[in-house]
Amino acid sequence: MTDVAVPNAAEDTPRPGSPGRDGSAPGYDPRRTLPLRVEAVRQFRRRRTLVTFGILLVLPWILVLAFKLGGDPGPDNNAPGLVDVATTSALNFALFALFVSSGFLLVVAVALFCGDTVASEAGWSSLRYLLAAPVPRVRLLRQKFAIALSYATAAVITLPAMSLLAGTVAFGWGPVTLLTGRTLATAPALNRMALIVAYALISQLVVAALAFLLSVTTDSPLGAVGGAVGLVIVSNILDAVTALGSWRDFLPTHWMYAWMDVLQPDIVWTGMAKGASLSLTYALIFLALAVRRFRTRDITS
Amino acid sequence: MSFGARVVRTRWRQAGRATRWGALAAVAVLLAASGLAFGAAGGDPPVRRLAQRIAVVDGPRDDQRVTLDATFYTPARRGRFPAVLLGHGFGGTKDDVRGEAERLARAGYAVLTWSARGFGASTGEIALNSPDYEVKDARRLIDWLAARPEVRLDRPGDPRVGMTGESYGGAIALLTAAFDPRVDALAPRITWNDLAGALFPDFAAGGDASAGVFKKMWAGLFFTSGAGGGACGRFLPSLCAQYQKAAESGRADPEVVATLRRSSPAAYPGRIRVPTLLVQGQTDSLFPLDQADANARQIAATGAPVSVLWYLGGHDGGDPETSWVEGGVRDFFDHWLRGGSGHTDGFTVTRTGGIDSSTARTVVEAASASRYPGLRAAPRTLPLAGRVQTIRNPAGGSPASISALPGLGALGALDGLGGGALSGRLPVDMPGQTATFDTAPLPSPVRITGSATVRLRVTGPRDAPLFAKLYDVAPSGAASPAWRIAAPFRVPGGDGAREATVTLPAMDHPFERGHRLRVVIATTDMGFATPSAPAAYEVAAVSPLTVPTVPALRAPAPGVPAWVWVLPGAAAVLAAGVLLTGRVRRRASFDPALADVPLEITGLTKAYKNGHLAVADLSFRVEKGQVLGLLGPNGAGKTTSLRMLMGLIRPDAGEIRIFGHRVAPGAPVLSRLGSFVEGPGFLPHLTGRDNLDLYWRATGRPASDAHLDEALEIAGLGPALDRAVRTYSQGMRQRLAIAQAMLGLPDLLVLDEPTNGLDPPQIREMREVLQRYAAAGRTVIVSSHLLAEVEQTCTHAVVMTAGRRVAAGPVAELTGTGRRLEDAFLEIIGEAR
Repeated sequence: MTDVAVPNAAEDTPRPGSPGRDGSAPGYDPRRTLPLRVEAVRQFRRRRTLVTFGILLVLPWILVLAFKLGGDPGPDNNAPGLVDVATTSALNFALFALFVSSGFLLVVAVALFCGDTVASEAGWSSLRYLLAAPVPRVRLLRQKFAIALSYATAAVITLPAMSLLAGTVAFGWGPVTLLTGRTLATAPALNRMALIVAYALISQLVVAALAFLLSVTTDSPLGAVGGAVGLVIVSNILDAVTALGSWRDFLPTHWMYAWMDVLQPDIVWTGMAKGASLSLTYALIFLALAVRRFRTRDITS
Repeated sequence: MSFGARVVRTRWRQAGRATRWGALAAVAVLLAASGLAFGAAGGDPPVRRLAQRIAVVDGPRDDQRVTLDATFYTPARRGRFPAVLLGHGFGGTKDDVRGEAERLARAGYAVLTWSARGFGASTGEIALNSPDYEVKDARRLIDWLAARPEVRLDRPGDPRVGMTGESYGGAIALLTAAFDPRVDALAPRITWNDLAGALFPDFAAGGDASAGVFKKMWAGLFFTSGAGGGACGRFLPSLCAQYQKAAESGRADPEVVATLRRSSPAAYPGRIRVPTLLVQGQTDSLFPLDQADANARQIAATGAPVSVLWYLGGHDGGDPETSWVEGGVRDFFDHWLRGGSGHTDGFTVTRTGGIDSSTARTVVEAASASRYPGLRAAPRTLPLAGRVQTIRNPAGGSPASISALPGLGALGALDGLGGGALSGRLPVDMPGQTATFDTAPLPSPVRITGSATVRLRVTGPRDAPLFAKLYDVAPSGAASPAWRIAAPFRVPGGDGAREATVTLPAMDHPFERGHRLRVVIATTDMGFATPSAPAAYEVAAVSPLTVPTVPALRAPAPGVPAWVWVLPGAAAVLAAGVLLTGRVRRRASFDPALADVPLEITGLTKAYKNGHLAVADLSFRVEKGQVLGLLGPNGAGKTTSLRMLMGLIRPDAGEIRIFGHRVAPGAPVLSRLGSFVEGPGFLPHLTGRDNLDLYWRATGRPASDAHLDEALEIAGLGPALDRAVRTYSQGMRQRLAIAQAMLGLPDLLVLDEPTNGLDPPQIREMREVLQRYAAAGRTVIVSSHLLAEVEQTCTHAVVMTAGRRVAAGPVAELTGTGRRLEDAFLEIIGEAR
């Protein structure tokens, strides 16, 4: 701090006449605060982001290695599963990778991006400076959720994309074998793959929204991420209690695997429609609660 | 109020908030659950049941006395209801249909079920729905109904009555209607038109039961289920003898054909002329779809309205679709017996639309057309490829091909989903026994609805049966039966080459684009009697394949429950409610008189949730050019005040105005405030430079207003500026944070303990920086508990303790002449206490 060329206030015009009608500094516009690009850059170089994507990029290769070492999966029982046909083509491999990861790995990834985003800023104390900049609170939530969701989306897309690449290298490009034994040409199969990823994203909305709600509620990123993952676990446990009957239809994770319906010869839409509806419902409510809570909350971090 | 209630209320008040919510939720769940239980118990109207033994007289000479074991179900309410005679399947009793009877009675019908003669607790012998026996019994039951006070009459002795039932019970409905004009409507299910043709089928054109192929597996099951343990059981002895003869020879002699024909609707053309709903199973090799087709043609020829419904189940098994089929029957009766509107005549086919993954149940969709077009509608011809092929009948007829078998229906359902891996493992055809003829890969999807036909040339032993089947061949070459059903035929003529047009099994099946249709001709089939002599045949297809289609069949899009659409909408409304009610509306407020006053705080008060009063009625004012010291011991409320100043915490009372604008969370005027409160806040993974750069970009203001270079010089971090902040020392972070606060040269700069972690030369520099900063008309507020610091840096000071302002004014005034601020401070605090 020695030899400071002090910002010589005397030389700078004090600009008293320039503030806007709302008293803002010149050039300040609440609608331009925290641009998406800035938030994206702020989040991108975090170790958390890089590690998550690293895992998602490496996992398909580990699976390839596992299949190569373990040999072709033999049909071990009467019900054909995705694992039985995983090595028939790149698309089948990608489907298998999605199947084994959508229950937990992708949930964690989505919860991580959405649960960490506000809570970690609170943890670093940078939140209060953003709010005093000022970034209006609802706008801050909006921008942060948009970016967190973008990263979560990228994560959900990365896995099948890399699986397609790894699968092509390891098992070759070819038509996809459906669960019933029928095959589907690559072009319609790719369309269905896109549908599957789209549904996987929609069904993760509930996790994203809950993680986000917890993120604005607590100052501990771990708590927010863990809370969201915990909800998925509890919901899965309840889903296993068949005595609950049709009440289970309303559990947030009940329809998580409804995208398997895309793999039938004729796509069955009802499960996915229910899952999407439910996910959207929970997400809307969680997000509204998040905004309501954050809007008036005392920031003490 | 009772004692208990008082206790509850007291407890309720004492319970924590979370507990109360939990209790509310539990109560809600309990209420919902009990509501369900009540609904299940109270929802269905009760049914009155009357067991009755009804004596009837039948026989060719009307001299045989038989007692029928019957049960009469009526709605519990009073009134006269249309009646339904509900028959049971072969080998069963009236108890098999009890559930359906109760459901019909609840829907407002008087339902009579009975065990047919020779079954259950009824007396008599089985005569296979003979007009001399069972039909006469059924007519006596209609007499009985006509005498009941619960039954609505069309005229005396003529009740309003419909008949339904499955298989054996369906045939009695058709046959009774042929002999008794009092029957008003018929809904026979999975039953026959020609029993001889069903048990001795021949699908070559012109084929007849007398030359038919004995359906030995089904016939055997059919017979033994009636025979019970004994050789002839409760069959009429003449019938039993005929069966044994036919089963032994595998051929139907004229006597057998005549007997079976007498028990067949086919023998009474023109005599069934009431509205009819024919329900037939697609998984049915006993009474295949062509039996319903024959019934439909025969009844429609009289001018009576006929509807046809194909469902996925049938005698072989498959999805029984019980509630759906029963619903269709009920709608039909509602329409024809009491003028209801749920039924429209036509043709309906249920199809598997895949599996619902969450329930693991098959999704069934129903496609409908307004008219039943028969089995040869809108034919398309597809050329068949395939050379002349030689196939052999193994000695002893074994091993035999397997197509349909009783109980294999579940596999057929899987086939409907595209040749499941399961059925692929079941041996279907034996090598050397089948000739195959394929179409070219389909350029567009074709859905066959009806019976395909093909003309074949066969050379080989006369009279030997062959079996025609239709397969679906995927582009990969995997072939699977379109439906597990075979059409047996014999090609008439001598030993030389002869031709016949063969009708393949009736079915509804989609062939997708790129798939091929394959006609398979086999020498054996496990379900049928085949010769044991070894033989060889040459088979050639001499015509294209004619494939019937019914494009008019349309399936409505499978419905989703209403909540799929309602829930997100409700959630949107709820979310809007959550957002609107939670809003604390504070309009922007501007006091022009204070436009030049950097900061005025009036009556500021903040108590934390735990009750601690952090700031109490704090008021002070800061003028331009001042360096104000906010002085007080730890816990005096300085930081809380500054947080309220930044819009981070809402005051309970009082207000803060910066340049006349009231501070609220996110108030635009905060953009003229630079702050450093309670430590630095940086993204540890970014460098110092990036942190400042991104922070400024986050404010959305032009980069040229940032004065980043000056700020960086204040930080004085040198090369460390390009290291990640997590590597910084406390002092370095502190300096970076002060630089961040000065970004954009804000008109009001607020620094909380700015000299923490700085070494003495840096402290002195800082002092000078702040004084010069204020000299240009900007304003600086420094909070500190270090008295010397304030004394040397500030022009004015506000002294706080325990949340209250205890002194304010120019530093010189506060210290008095020659007194050190420390003394003054201690004195002031002491007074305040």
